Amino acid sequence: MDMTGEHIIAAPREEVWAALNDVDVLRACIPGCEELEKTSDTTMEAVVKQKIGPVKATFKGAVELENIDAPKSYTIRGEGQGGVAGFAKGGADVSLEEVPEGTKLSYTAKAQVGGKLARLGSRLIDATAKKLAAKFFDNFQKHLNGPDASEEEAAG
Amino acid sequence: MTTGIGARVKRREDKRFITGKGKYTDDVRTENQAYAAFVRSPVAHANVKSIDKSAALEMDGVIDVLDGHQLTGDGIGNIICGWAVTSKDGSPMNMGAWSALATQKVRYVGDAVAVVIAETQQLARLAAEAVDVEYEELPVVAFADKALKDGAPQIHEEAPGNLIYDWEIGDAAKADAGLAEAVHVTEMEITNNRLSPNPMEPRSAVATYDEAEDHYTLYTTSQNPHVARLVLSAFYNVAPEHKLRVIAPDVGGGFGAKIYIYPEEITCLWASMKTNRSVKWTADRSEAFVTDAHGRDHISTAKMGFDADGRITGFKVDTIANLGAYMSLFSSSVPTYLYATLLSGQYDIQNLHANVRAVYTNTVPVDAYRGAGRPEACYLVERMMETAARELGMKPAELRAKNFIREFPHETPVIMTYDSGDFDANLAQAEEAADVNGFPARREEAAKRGKLRGLGYSCYIEACGIAPSAAVGGLGAGVGLWESAEVRVNPVGTIEILTGSHSHGQGHETTFAQIVAERFDQPIENISIVHGDTDKVQFGMGTYGSRSGAVGMSAIVKAMDKVEAKVRKIAAHQLEASEDDIVIEGGEVKVAGTDKALGWHEIGLAAYTAHNLPPDMEPGLKESAFYDPSNFTFPAGTYICEVEVDPDTGTTEIVQFTASDDFGTIINPMIVEGQVHGGIAQGVGQAMLEQVIYDEDGQLITGSYMDYTMPRAADLPNFSVHHASTVCPGNPLGMKGCGEAGAIGSPPAVINAITDAIGNNDLAMPATPQNVWRAYQAASAKQAAE
Repeated sequence: MDMTGEHIIAAPREEVWAALNDVDVLRACIPGCEELEKTSDTTMEAVVKQKIGPVKATFKGAVELENIDAPKSYTIRGEGQGGVAGFAKGGADVSLEEVPEGTKLSYTAKAQVGGKLARLGSRLIDATAKKLAAKFFDNFQKHLNGPDASEEEAAG
Repeated sequence: MTTGIGARVKRREDKRFITGKGKYTDDVRTENQAYAAFVRSPVAHANVKSIDKSAALEMDGVIDVLDGHQLTGDGIGNIICGWAVTSKDGSPMNMGAWSALATQKVRYVGDAVAVVIAETQQLARLAAEAVDVEYEELPVVAFADKALKDGAPQIHEEAPGNLIYDWEIGDAAKADAGLAEAVHVTEMEITNNRLSPNPMEPRSAVATYDEAEDHYTLYTTSQNPHVARLVLSAFYNVAPEHKLRVIAPDVGGGFGAKIYIYPEEITCLWASMKTNRSVKWTADRSEAFVTDAHGRDHISTAKMGFDADGRITGFKVDTIANLGAYMSLFSSSVPTYLYATLLSGQYDIQNLHANVRAVYTNTVPVDAYRGAGRPEACYLVERMMETAARELGMKPAELRAKNFIREFPHETPVIMTYDSGDFDANLAQAEEAADVNGFPARREEAAKRGKLRGLGYSCYIEACGIAPSAAVGGLGAGVGLWESAEVRVNPVGTIEILTGSHSHGQGHETTFAQIVAERFDQPIENISIVHGDTDKVQFGMGTYGSRSGAVGMSAIVKAMDKVEAKVRKIAAHQLEASEDDIVIEGGEVKVAGTDKALGWHEIGLAAYTAHNLPPDMEPGLKESAFYDPSNFTFPAGTYICEVEVDPDTGTTEIVQFTASDDFGTIINPMIVEGQVHGGIAQGVGQAMLEQVIYDEDGQLITGSYMDYTMPRAADLPNFSVHHASTVCPGNPLGMKGCGEAGAIGSPPAVINAITDAIGNNDLAMPATPQNVWRAYQAASAKQAAE
């Protein structure tokens, strides 16, 4: 499935970019993230706990940053194995644009699931993926702007 | 007699079923019970790079974690398809290797790579999650038509281009010539949707290895325990037959899915020896969706030509059949000898040709499901007939009747010889019961309520009671398809019938007893039916293809003939009469026209005391028989479905469903009606609700009842079921079979009714509200444009 969204963040682009590359910020913002450690400049290892429909799983996986064009855009790609629950993988093209209110963050994301997750949760995957993406950017915005951030806007 | 042939005897087995006292495989508990959980692939196609068992093995309560290398290392053989289909160029089918536990490659989501044996089911499942399998993903192809395209991912090296066989039947040149001379040709692309069988009881196995005796016992959810033993022994090398007992106790529905011998049963037997524990596995519903063989999944194009009078001049069919990632036990025969041989339908078609290509895809293996090939044939022929009638401006019944076969035996160009039938009688009975004449008024009335009312026919024929062993052997079957029975009259006169047929919902404990009660004029409560245990029953080919009546009961009749002959001899000897004057009547064995008689129990006692038997007669009263049929049987009938469609939502209600069947002799009308009801319910499920859906990556996305819709009571009308029977000349009781007819005959009737209502012949199953609404919108738009 594909998702797209835009968020206006009241912070300069350099600051937003730095946060997008900060492991501590990402760990705090990724829903269900229990561990996120850098293994190189562009790769990380993650442990994420999620419940999708009737399936609960701990995903262990790798996150990679590609197509880096600092401070404008990158592609973030992740793949997690959830044991018998199956797997989830996905990626997002994220770009930052300077706007009068601060920075406009746009993303196009793709998510794919397999195994039991696809079998039992298929009806819920789209909704859950959208919810998780929205939650991440919501968290991210709050992290930079504090709890009273401007309204987010996500369109699928 | 109220319990003999034709009586509505209540099902004797239901007491234990409806009081929760049935004994199913999962109810079996052994002393040293351990539990198996399978580690399954979450991806549809991948190389297995490594399997790390260390974390699982360290967990408390884990007995062992076993993989495919160990299994093949112990000499366990690959899973085979038991019916060899030969391509039209003479080459054998291309069967890829299938190990019960994958070694190098996984080929569908759910393919097992390892098994955990643990002290409890919960521990086994937890440990299975801890087994770390590294997969190297490969490109995936989940759809049959795409699997045949150039450059499609290659699934088995044994099958280049994923083609298993390219097979044909009939005469292509004659079919082409017939189409060329036609004044009208109807052409359609027809898909038959993929289904999941969903028996109420999921599959289960309890395997116990006895080290002291070097002997195995397997309790399993099987429709054919002897075939399971034979295959497990001869091909999978689990144990020789005399060291392996297979018991299929109460089994809660099969629908074909429980014919085959799956990786799980093989693995449990082997693991039991490996761990020296009794190993139990029971699928949960989610596991059933990715391990039980699926059904149907055909893509066909068809052309049918007609002369000016509406007679069929030629019929040509091209079908692609999806067999999934591996060839299941009878998978090859389903889209060939069980499908294309029925494409003549009830019609006299002289020029007929069918071509079938079977392909591998990265999906669950596909095999027989209630009807097995015949629903695919019936759906194709009956959609074609109804569409052709509309295109020709003829009444659907009229076009069909014009082409009906009326002389028997009738040889079709696709190797079947129909032995009997009266298709006009079934059509007339169904039309009258459905009040077809009143339909225009009902349609008009519905229109006033804003509803679209439609009427659809299906005149089905199918082949049952498979079949003469020599004939199926000639077509490539690896087994004979006879049946065996044993009749034991005990010293007190009670009777035990041991049958190779297996009951998993059919009611054999009732119907089989009825034919014995009738024959020996004994109370039905004195008769018991024994089945499902290879240590008790001499042999059996099991139950599928509606064969238990026509083949299984015929074996019982043959054994009863032998018992009766001996009874006559004993009675004649003791009553000092001629054998020819002995009659069995009123529970006694009498000399006709006299008051000389022996009670049935006295005959039994005489046989076992052996104090006064004719010279040279062996003591005892027990006879066995093997019965091999002389032909298939051909149940046929007409189904008429009437629907109302809400044009705004596409919601379809079946307002009336009428069936007129020719099943030959009927032993128990109540049970037969139940079979028809269940069959129609499954047919309606296929027509309107059910569909297995894979995505491009080979992920099964209809893997639970949230996404896979089963028919419920509210989806079905009160069926109107009738019989107009002709006697089958091929077996002693004149039976044809009723187990699959409902599922075979109903889908085209439903779709023909809906397409009639919405005015668009282009509608695929399942006719969900969305699909119906779209088809109606398309038809309305087209009409507006014209």
